[in-house]
Amino acid sequence: MSEIIKVGMADLKTCLSPDGLTTLGLGSCVGIAIRDPMTKVGGLAHIMLPDSTTIKNGYQNIAKFADTGIVELVAQMEKLGAKRSRMVAKIAGGATMFAFQGQSSIMGQVGQRNVDATKAILKEMNIPLLAEDTGANYGRTVIFYPETGEFHIRAVGKQESII
Amino acid sequence: MGDMTLEQVTENYYDVLKELGNIGAGNAMTALAQMLQCKVDMKVPQVKLLEFSDVGDMMGGEEQIMAGVFLGVEGDITGSMMFMVEEESARHLIQKITMGMLPQGAEFEEMGLSAMKELGNIITGAYLNSLSTLTNLKIYPTPPALTVDMAGSILSVPAIQFGIFGDKILLIQSQFYDEVELDGYFILIPDLESYAKILTALGLPVV
Repeated sequence: MSEIIKVGMADLKTCLSPDGLTTLGLGSCVGIAIRDPMTKVGGLAHIMLPDSTTIKNGYQNIAKFADTGIVELVAQMEKLGAKRSRMVAKIAGGATMFAFQGQSSIMGQVGQRNVDATKAILKEMNIPLLAEDTGANYGRTVIFYPETGEFHIRAVGKQESII
Repeated sequence: MGDMTLEQVTENYYDVLKELGNIGAGNAMTALAQMLQCKVDMKVPQVKLLEFSDVGDMMGGEEQIMAGVFLGVEGDITGSMMFMVEEESARHLIQKITMGMLPQGAEFEEMGLSAMKELGNIITGAYLNSLSTLTNLKIYPTPPALTVDMAGSILSVPAIQFGIFGDKILLIQSQFYDEVELDGYFILIPDLESYAKILTALGLPVV
Protein backbone atom coordinates (compact mmCIF):
# COMPACT_ATOMS: atom_id res chain seq x y z
CA MET A 1 0.00 0.00 0.00
CA SER A 2 1.29 3.40 -0.86
CA GLU A 3 1.00 6.24 1.57
CA ILE A 4 0.91 10.00 1.38
CA ILE A 5 3.47 11.59 3.65
CA LYS A 6 2.59 14.94 5.19
CA VAL A 7 5.00 17.85 5.08
CA GLY A 8 4.38 20.62 7.64
CA MET A 9 5.06 24.34 7.46
CA ALA A 10 8.82 25.02 7.31
CA ASP A 11 9.42 21.32 6.78
CA LEU A 12 10.72 18.98 4.06
CA LYS A 13 10.36 15.26 3.34
CA THR A 14 11.45 12.74 0.74
CA CYS A 15 9.85 9.53 -0.47
CA LEU A 16 10.09 6.69 -2.96
CA SER A 17 7.35 5.80 -5.42
CA PRO A 18 4.59 4.64 -5.00
CA ASP A 19 4.38 6.87 -1.92
CA GLY A 20 3.40 10.49 -2.35
CA LEU A 21 3.94 13.74 -0.49
CA THR A 22 1.48 16.44 0.54
CA THR A 23 1.47 19.81 2.22
CA LEU A 24 -1.76 21.51 3.26
CA GLY A 25 -2.82 25.13 3.10
CA LEU A 26 0.11 26.86 1.40
CA GLY A 27 -0.42 30.60 1.62
CA SER A 28 2.48 32.95 1.01
CA CYS A 29 4.78 29.97 1.55
CA VAL A 30 6.01 28.01 -1.47
CA GLY A 31 5.82 24.25 -1.97
CA ILE A 32 8.70 22.87 -4.03
CA ALA A 33 8.30 19.38 -5.47
CA ILE A 34 11.40 17.75 -6.96
CA ARG A 35 11.59 14.36 -8.67
CA ASP A 36 14.13 12.11 -10.31
CA PRO A 37 12.08 10.41 -13.05
CA MET A 38 14.53 7.49 -13.33
CA THR A 39 14.64 6.36 -9.69
CA LYS A 40 11.22 7.89 -8.88
CA VAL A 41 12.64 9.48 -5.77
CA GLY A 42 10.56 12.51 -4.79
CA GLY A 43 10.93 15.39 -2.39
CA LEU A 44 8.68 18.20 -1.17
CA ALA A 45 9.71 21.30 0.77
CA HIS A 46 7.40 23.92 2.33
CA ILE A 47 9.47 27.08 2.65
CA MET A 48 8.39 30.32 4.38
CA LEU A 49 11.08 32.87 3.66
CA PRO A 50 13.27 33.60 0.65
CA ASP A 51 16.75 33.96 2.05
CA SER A 52 18.56 32.61 5.13
CA THR A 53 21.48 35.00 4.76
CA THR A 54 19.43 38.09 5.65
CA ILE A 55 18.25 36.59 8.94
CA LYS A 56 20.65 36.69 11.84
CA ASN A 57 18.59 34.68 14.25
CA GLY A 58 16.11 31.84 13.86
CA TYR A 59 18.48 29.80 11.77
CA GLN A 60 17.76 26.54 13.58
CA ASN A 61 15.37 25.26 10.96
CA ILE A 62 16.95 25.10 7.52
CA ALA A 63 13.69 23.94 5.92
CA LYS A 64 12.30 27.42 6.58
CA PHE A 65 14.23 29.17 3.81
CA ALA A 66 14.21 28.74 0.03
CA ASP A 67 18.00 28.67 -0.26
CA THR A 68 18.89 26.26 2.56
CA GLY A 69 15.68 24.24 2.20
CA ILE A 70 16.12 23.35 -1.47
CA VAL A 71 19.80 22.45 -0.99
CA GLU A 72 18.87 20.15 1.91
CA LEU A 73 15.98 18.58 -0.01
CA VAL A 74 18.25 17.74 -2.94
CA ALA A 75 20.90 16.33 -0.60
CA GLN A 76 18.34 14.06 1.10
CA MET A 77 17.06 12.88 -2.28
CA GLU A 78 20.59 12.05 -3.38
CA LYS A 79 20.93 9.83 -0.32
CA LEU A 80 17.94 7.87 -1.62
CA GLY A 81 19.66 7.34 -4.95
CA ALA A 82 18.42 10.32 -6.96
CA LYS A 83 20.81 12.07 -9.35
CA ARG A 84 20.91 15.85 -9.44
CA SER A 85 21.39 15.88 -13.21
CA ARG A 86 18.03 14.15 -13.72
CA MET A 87 16.00 16.17 -11.23
CA VAL A 88 13.03 18.28 -12.32
CA ALA A 89 10.86 20.61 -10.21
CA LYS A 90 7.33 21.97 -9.94
CA ILE A 91 6.26 24.71 -7.53
CA ALA A 92 3.06 26.14 -6.07
CA GLY A 93 2.04 28.81 -3.56
CA GLY A 94 3.47 32.27 -2.99
CA ALA A 95 0.05 33.90 -2.73
CA THR A 96 -0.64 37.37 -1.36
CA MET A 97 -3.32 36.42 1.16
CA PHE A 98 -4.30 39.95 2.19
CA ALA A 99 -4.63 42.86 -0.18
CA PHE A 100 -2.54 45.32 1.80
CA GLN A 101 0.14 42.84 2.79
CA GLY A 102 2.41 44.38 0.20
CA GLN A 103 2.59 47.69 2.03
CA SER A 104 4.36 46.42 5.13
CA SER A 105 8.12 46.50 4.94
CA ILE A 106 8.75 43.07 6.40
CA MET A 107 5.95 41.42 4.54
CA GLY A 108 6.45 43.36 1.32
CA GLN A 109 5.37 40.89 -1.34
CA VAL A 110 6.84 37.98 0.60
CA GLY A 111 4.87 35.49 -1.50
CA GLN A 112 6.37 36.80 -4.71
CA ARG A 113 9.81 37.04 -3.15
CA ASN A 114 9.54 33.41 -2.06
CA VAL A 115 8.67 32.42 -5.64
CA ASP A 116 11.52 34.48 -7.10
CA ALA A 117 14.06 33.11 -4.63
CA THR A 118 12.89 29.54 -5.29
CA LYS A 119 13.30 29.97 -9.04
CA ALA A 120 16.75 31.51 -8.60
CA ILE A 121 17.96 28.62 -6.43
CA LEU A 122 16.57 25.99 -8.82
CA LYS A 123 18.30 27.72 -11.71
CA GLU A 124 21.55 27.92 -9.79
CA MET A 125 21.34 24.18 -9.10
CA ASN A 126 20.45 23.43 -12.75
CA ILE A 127 17.12 21.85 -11.83
CA PRO A 128 14.59 22.63 -14.59
CA LEU A 129 11.26 24.11 -13.45
CA LEU A 130 8.60 22.23 -15.41
CA ALA A 131 5.47 23.94 -14.12
CA GLU A 132 4.18 26.36 -11.52
CA ASP A 133 0.91 27.56 -9.98
CA THR A 134 1.91 30.60 -7.98
CA GLY A 135 0.76 34.05 -6.92
CA ALA A 136 -2.89 35.22 -6.77
CA ASN A 137 -4.68 35.61 -3.43
CA TYR A 138 -5.79 32.16 -2.27
CA GLY A 139 -4.38 29.21 -0.35
CA ARG A 140 -3.40 25.91 -1.96
CA THR A 141 -3.10 22.31 -0.84
CA VAL A 142 -0.72 20.22 -2.94
CA ILE A 143 -0.15 16.49 -3.41
CA PHE A 144 2.90 15.22 -5.29
CA TYR A 145 3.27 11.78 -6.86
CA PRO A 146 6.88 10.96 -7.76
CA GLU A 147 5.66 7.93 -9.76
CA THR A 148 4.17 10.14 -12.48
CA GLY A 149 5.42 13.58 -11.47
CA GLU A 150 1.84 14.78 -11.16
CA PHE A 151 1.43 17.75 -8.84
CA HIS A 152 -2.20 18.07 -7.72
CA ILE A 153 -3.39 21.45 -6.49
CA ARG A 154 -6.56 22.10 -4.51
CA ALA A 155 -8.01 25.45 -3.47
CA VAL A 156 -11.22 26.49 -1.73
CA GLY A 157 -14.08 26.81 -4.21
CA LYS A 158 -11.97 25.72 -7.18
CA GLN A 159 -11.61 22.52 -9.13
CA GLU A 160 -8.56 20.42 -8.43
CA SER A 161 -5.90 21.02 -11.05
CA ILE A 162 -2.91 18.92 -12.05
CA ILE A 163 0.30 20.47 -13.28
CA MET B 1 17.38 50.11 23.86
CA GLY B 2 18.49 50.42 20.30
CA ASP B 3 21.21 47.96 21.17
CA MET B 4 19.00 44.96 21.71
CA THR B 5 20.08 41.94 19.75
CA LEU B 6 17.76 39.46 18.18
CA GLU B 7 18.83 36.78 20.63
CA GLN B 8 17.89 38.89 23.63
CA VAL B 9 14.55 39.69 22.13
CA THR B 10 13.70 36.08 21.58
CA GLU B 11 14.24 35.24 25.24
CA ASN B 12 11.71 37.75 26.54
CA TYR B 13 9.58 38.05 23.48
CA TYR B 14 6.93 35.45 24.11
CA ASP B 15 6.40 36.16 27.81
CA VAL B 16 5.46 39.75 27.19
CA LEU B 17 3.25 38.98 24.20
CA LYS B 18 1.49 36.40 26.33
CA GLU B 19 0.56 38.86 29.05
CA LEU B 20 -0.55 41.49 26.58
CA GLY B 21 -2.62 38.88 24.80
CA ASN B 22 -4.52 37.95 27.93
CA ILE B 23 -5.51 41.52 28.60
CA GLY B 24 -6.33 42.34 25.01
CA ALA B 25 -8.55 39.32 24.45
CA GLY B 26 -10.63 40.22 27.52
CA ASN B 27 -11.28 43.70 26.21
CA ALA B 28 -12.08 42.43 22.75
CA MET B 29 -14.75 40.11 24.13
CA THR B 30 -16.35 42.99 26.01
CA ALA B 31 -16.54 44.93 22.75
CA LEU B 32 -18.08 41.93 21.03
CA ALA B 33 -20.76 41.63 23.70
CA GLN B 34 -21.66 45.29 23.28
CA MET B 35 -21.87 44.98 19.54
CA LEU B 36 -24.00 41.85 19.58
CA GLN B 37 -26.02 43.25 22.46
CA CYS B 38 -25.95 40.01 24.30
CA LYS B 39 -24.00 38.40 27.06
CA VAL B 40 -20.79 36.85 25.83
CA ASP B 41 -19.02 34.55 28.23
CA MET B 42 -15.43 33.70 27.72
CA LYS B 43 -12.96 31.22 29.09
CA VAL B 44 -9.54 32.30 30.26
CA PRO B 45 -7.63 32.75 27.00
CA GLN B 46 -5.10 30.06 26.28
CA VAL B 47 -1.74 31.20 25.14
CA LYS B 48 0.03 28.73 22.92
CA LEU B 49 3.56 28.77 21.65
CA LEU B 50 3.63 26.37 18.73
CA GLU B 51 6.09 24.90 16.28
CA PHE B 52 5.15 25.89 12.74
CA SER B 53 4.43 22.27 11.90
CA ASP B 54 1.83 22.02 14.70
CA VAL B 55 -0.01 25.24 13.92
CA GLY B 56 -2.61 23.74 11.62
CA ASP B 57 -3.52 20.93 13.98
CA MET B 58 -4.78 23.15 16.77
CA MET B 59 -7.32 24.90 14.55
CA GLY B 60 -8.93 21.74 13.25
CA GLY B 61 -6.35 21.12 10.56
CA GLU B 62 -4.59 23.23 7.94
CA GLU B 63 -7.55 22.86 5.60
CA GLN B 64 -10.16 24.05 8.11
CA ILE B 65 -11.83 27.02 6.44
CA MET B 66 -11.56 30.16 8.53
CA ALA B 67 -12.21 33.86 8.29
CA GLY B 68 -9.12 35.92 9.04
CA VAL B 69 -8.98 39.67 9.63
CA PHE B 70 -5.51 41.13 9.26
CA LEU B 71 -4.45 44.71 9.97
CA GLY B 72 -1.35 46.73 10.39
CA VAL B 73 -0.39 48.58 13.57
CA GLU B 74 1.08 52.08 13.43
CA GLY B 75 1.93 54.87 15.85
CA ASP B 76 4.50 54.55 18.62
CA ILE B 77 4.79 50.86 17.84
CA THR B 78 4.51 49.12 14.49
CA GLY B 79 3.62 45.61 13.49
CA SER B 80 0.48 43.71 12.63
CA MET B 81 -2.33 41.78 14.20
CA MET B 82 -4.77 39.08 13.16
CA PHE B 83 -8.09 37.75 14.38
CA MET B 84 -9.37 34.40 13.12
CA VAL B 85 -12.58 32.42 13.59
CA GLU B 86 -13.68 29.11 12.14
CA GLU B 87 -16.07 29.10 9.20
CA GLU B 88 -19.14 28.08 11.22
CA SER B 89 -18.39 30.64 13.93
CA ALA B 90 -17.92 33.32 11.30
CA ARG B 91 -21.27 32.47 9.68
CA HIS B 92 -22.95 32.62 13.06
CA LEU B 93 -21.40 35.99 13.91
CA ILE B 94 -22.30 37.42 10.50
CA GLN B 95 -25.92 36.29 10.86
CA LYS B 96 -26.05 37.80 14.29
CA ILE B 97 -24.56 41.15 13.39
CA THR B 98 -26.73 41.54 10.27
CA MET B 99 -29.76 40.52 12.36
CA GLY B 100 -30.92 37.81 9.98
CA MET B 101 -31.02 40.03 6.90
CA LEU B 102 -28.89 37.61 4.94
CA PRO B 103 -30.24 34.33 3.57
CA GLN B 104 -28.61 31.20 5.01
CA GLY B 105 -25.51 30.34 3.04
CA ALA B 106 -24.98 33.90 1.79
CA GLU B 107 -22.77 34.87 4.72
CA PHE B 108 -19.59 35.01 2.67
CA GLU B 109 -21.00 37.21 -0.07
CA GLU B 110 -20.20 40.89 -0.25
CA MET B 111 -22.43 42.18 2.52
CA GLY B 112 -21.60 39.40 4.95
CA LEU B 113 -17.89 39.81 4.38
CA SER B 114 -18.19 43.52 4.93
CA ALA B 115 -19.98 42.87 8.23
CA MET B 116 -17.29 40.38 9.26
CA LYS B 117 -14.58 42.88 8.42
CA GLU B 118 -16.26 45.50 10.57
CA LEU B 119 -16.65 43.05 13.42
CA GLY B 120 -12.95 42.17 13.13
CA ASN B 121 -12.15 45.86 13.08
CA ILE B 122 -14.04 46.51 16.31
CA ILE B 123 -12.67 43.63 18.32
CA THR B 124 -9.09 44.07 17.19
CA GLY B 125 -9.53 47.78 17.91
CA ALA B 126 -10.61 46.97 21.47
CA TYR B 127 -7.67 44.63 21.80
CA LEU B 128 -5.21 47.30 20.68
CA ASN B 129 -6.91 49.95 22.82
CA SER B 130 -6.26 47.97 25.97
CA LEU B 131 -2.67 47.56 24.91
CA SER B 132 -2.43 51.29 24.30
CA THR B 133 -3.94 52.14 27.70
CA LEU B 134 -1.63 49.73 29.45
CA THR B 135 1.56 50.98 27.84
CA ASN B 136 0.56 54.61 27.32
CA LEU B 137 1.79 54.26 23.74
CA LYS B 138 -0.09 55.57 20.72
CA ILE B 139 -1.32 52.62 18.71
CA TYR B 140 -3.35 53.03 15.54
CA PRO B 141 -4.76 50.15 13.54
CA THR B 142 -4.75 50.41 9.74
CA PRO B 143 -7.94 49.46 7.87
CA PRO B 144 -8.39 45.70 8.02
CA ALA B 145 -8.22 43.18 5.21
CA LEU B 146 -10.32 40.02 5.31
CA THR B 147 -9.99 36.63 3.69
CA VAL B 148 -11.88 33.35 3.97
CA ASP B 149 -9.57 30.47 3.16
CA MET B 150 -7.71 27.47 4.57
CA ALA B 151 -6.31 27.97 8.09
CA GLY B 152 -2.81 27.04 6.98
CA SER B 153 -2.73 29.59 4.21
CA ILE B 154 -4.07 32.42 6.40
CA LEU B 155 -1.63 31.51 9.16
CA SER B 156 1.29 31.57 6.76
CA VAL B 157 1.14 35.37 6.96
CA PRO B 158 1.82 35.74 10.73
CA ALA B 159 3.97 32.60 10.70
CA ILE B 160 6.31 34.20 8.19
CA GLN B 161 6.58 37.26 10.42
CA PHE B 162 7.39 35.11 13.43
CA GLY B 163 9.75 33.11 11.23
CA ILE B 164 12.02 36.12 11.05
CA PHE B 165 12.56 35.86 14.84
CA GLY B 166 12.59 32.13 15.37
CA ASP B 167 10.87 28.85 14.77
CA LYS B 168 7.69 29.29 16.77
CA ILE B 169 4.42 31.19 16.60
CA LEU B 170 2.44 32.59 19.51
CA LEU B 171 -1.36 32.33 19.40
CA ILE B 172 -3.95 33.53 21.89
CA GLN B 173 -6.91 31.19 21.72
CA SER B 174 -10.04 32.75 23.11
CA GLN B 175 -13.13 30.59 23.46
CA PHE B 176 -16.35 32.48 23.87
CA TYR B 177 -20.02 31.70 23.95
CA ASP B 178 -23.24 33.45 23.20
CA GLU B 179 -25.81 30.80 22.28
CA VAL B 180 -23.20 28.66 20.65
CA GLU B 181 -19.60 28.03 21.41
CA LEU B 182 -17.19 30.01 19.26
CA ASP B 183 -13.46 29.74 18.95
CA GLY B 184 -11.50 32.85 18.15
CA TYR B 185 -7.78 33.33 17.84
CA PHE B 186 -5.73 36.49 18.24
CA ILE B 187 -2.22 36.92 16.97
CA LEU B 188 -0.24 40.07 17.75
CA ILE B 189 3.07 40.61 16.00
CA PRO B 190 5.02 43.74 16.95
CA ASP B 191 8.04 44.58 14.81
CA LEU B 192 11.39 44.04 16.44
CA GLU B 193 12.01 47.71 17.31
CA SER B 194 8.56 48.00 18.85
CA TYR B 195 9.24 45.21 21.24
CA ALA B 196 11.78 47.23 23.21
CA LYS B 197 9.34 50.14 23.33
CA ILE B 198 6.62 47.93 24.79
CA LEU B 199 8.98 46.55 27.42
CA THR B 200 10.13 50.02 28.40
CA ALA B 201 6.58 51.34 28.53
CA LEU B 202 5.61 48.50 30.84
CA GLY B 203 8.52 49.35 33.13
CA LEU B 204 10.33 46.15 32.35
CA PRO B 205 14.08 46.02 31.96
CA VAL B 206 15.19 45.95 28.36
CA VAL B 207 17.96 43.36 27.86
